Amino acid sequence: MKAGSNLEKVLAAGQFAVTAECGPPRGADAEEVRKKTKHLLGHVDACNVTDNQTSVVRMSSMAGCLILKECGLEPLMQMVVRDRNRIALQSDVLGAAAMGIRNLLCLSGDHQTFGDDPQAKNVHDIDSIQLIQLVRTMRDEGRFPSGKELKGAPRLFIGCAANPFADPYEIRVPRLALKVAAGADFVQTQCIFNMAKFARYMEDVRKRGLHEKVHILAGLTPLKSAGMAKFMKSNVAGMDIPDEVIKRISAADKKDQPEMGIAMCVEMIDQVRKIEGVRGVHIMAIEWEQKVPEIVARAGLLPRPVAP
Amino acid sequence: MIIGNTKPLEQILSMVEPFDRIVVAGCYGCVTVCRVGGDKEVQVLASALRLARAAAGRPLDVREVTLERQCDPEYVETMRPYVGDYQGVLSLACGAGVQFLAERLTASPILPAIDTTFIGVTERQGEWAERCQACGDCVLHTTGGICPVTRCSKSIFHGPCGGSMSGHCEIAKEVPCGWQLIIDRLRALGRMDQYEKLRPLKNWRSSRDGGPRRIIREDLTQ
Amino acid sequence: MILKAFENGADGVMVVGCLEGDCHYLVGNIRARRRVERVARILAQTGIGAQRVRMVNLSAGEGAKFVSHAAEFDDHIRELGPSPINVVRSKAAAVPAAAQAERPGGPGGPGGPGGPGALRTEAAREQR
Repeated sequence: MKAGSNLEKVLAAGQFAVTAECGPPRGADAEEVRKKTKHLLGHVDACNVTDNQTSVVRMSSMAGCLILKECGLEPLMQMVVRDRNRIALQSDVLGAAAMGIRNLLCLSGDHQTFGDDPQAKNVHDIDSIQLIQLVRTMRDEGRFPSGKELKGAPRLFIGCAANPFADPYEIRVPRLALKVAAGADFVQTQCIFNMAKFARYMEDVRKRGLHEKVHILAGLTPLKSAGMAKFMKSNVAGMDIPDEVIKRISAADKKDQPEMGIAMCVEMIDQVRKIEGVRGVHIMAIEWEQKVPEIVARAGLLPRPVAP
Repeated sequence: MIIGNTKPLEQILSMVEPFDRIVVAGCYGCVTVCRVGGDKEVQVLASALRLARAAAGRPLDVREVTLERQCDPEYVETMRPYVGDYQGVLSLACGAGVQFLAERLTASPILPAIDTTFIGVTERQGEWAERCQACGDCVLHTTGGICPVTRCSKSIFHGPCGGSMSGHCEIAKEVPCGWQLIIDRLRALGRMDQYEKLRPLKNWRSSRDGGPRRIIREDLTQ
Repeated sequence: MILKAFENGADGVMVVGCLEGDCHYLVGNIRARRRVERVARILAQTGIGAQRVRMVNLSAGEGAKFVSHAAEFDDHIRELGPSPINVVRSKAAAVPAAAQAERPGGPGGPGGPGGPGALRTEAAREQR
């Protein structure tokens, strides 16, 4: 066991893992976080807490993770390299591990032009792949990247993101290979709507044997409405939503679209379970966390294993 | 070359507001090439200032000069004989030139007429784009001659990120994805082997992050 | 060059270029238009007035059109009145010489006795 996290144990036991995500509030009210955890308890193996997603200032991921932990839900901390230099990143890695956080997702972070503070200084001292390497060095070698020894290695299950739908396609698998070489233990992909493309991606992943070196969790987002689908298609970078998907949800009456979106999500869980190399799902029900229990139940993924 | 952008006339007028006699000094270096601080621009700016001040009833006496460069002492010295007759100097040189004038012509207020922006190239007439961040540790030989620090909005060393779409950066369609460019080049050069290498953490000490920089060439100092 | 004309007391400047698409120097007239636009912006920012500069496109054979453009521009400038610089300078000229400091950068105001000052228009053929 590298970190001994619940997620790690579920994957190590060969079971299909389920993770979800919650965005912390734009304020200091811990109750907002607790409300979200109530929906997710017992329905997921770990829950991501995002790190100033889209560069919009929110309660820190670490704080959100601690609140999750207090509520009995296993946290998965996200760390972007956009805002912190290597000194701060190492420090937060130690702090997170010290507070009992056992899962860490290493990300680049959306550019700050998307947020409310585009005038801020752009850090990017190291990139996300170097962060993976840094955490692995601290965990497995007990030393800082500077070479100095550290006392009390941080035990973290290291994750990364992968986007099979970004351009250029031919580099996506080699880049995943880089992340695996750097030390990633698990992957959460960007949300999938183009199942054919994802299947092709997984085929290329298997060709390089990467599916055996890293646990891949397929990202999925339930659509609330046709409007949401159209918005995501045009406004979110790296998103691939085929026209058939939009047509399908648009065909339903406005009041039936949420149910349609959930049904489509459940369907996609069934589909990805059949793809060799997919070891779990990561359900990103943004501001719709209350639907996760229903999705997980309908996909036949309950009860969640309770780790010893 | 160093590229700059003319400051708004309004801002320049407020800078020279306290003065009645100034020198407007251009530079035949980079700012001439990027059409923001050379001879012609000196003339246009001087005219504009005189017009504005004449219309406001507070005529401004302007002496126009364009120096070979403002970053080498011998050219700055050519101003010394007359600069004391004026109340200040409005310099169209880059930030280095403005500061050098200020360091050497210590009795005169030196004002910047341009905003120095970046080190770049002329992509086509009238269009200049950034190419170099002066990080002091050049890796262009490993990236097909394209700089990941400058051309990637996130200065990623193992790109592209998940926001790269159709060859452009997530921040704007007009910004090419630096890593798409690097990959295209490596592929064209048959050097994709350089892509899948884990790169060590960047040493930013040689960059501005390590503090203001200085180079001393012992073989050249007197 | 155009700005200098205004500095020297011009109330208006009309720039004449070839018909677009018909320039002997290919795009000289198009570049000229962009530069005239730039001058107009500077005139606006300096309080002189963007309307005091204008570019028209003619062919060398359109003498009558030239005359009518020039006349129209002349009327236009008369309507606008003297350039603010000329107004200021003529006021200054009206002050006794002893109280007025000498200023370089252009001739004194055009104001003679009795009038706000003669109006001047200049038509300059764009040359490359």
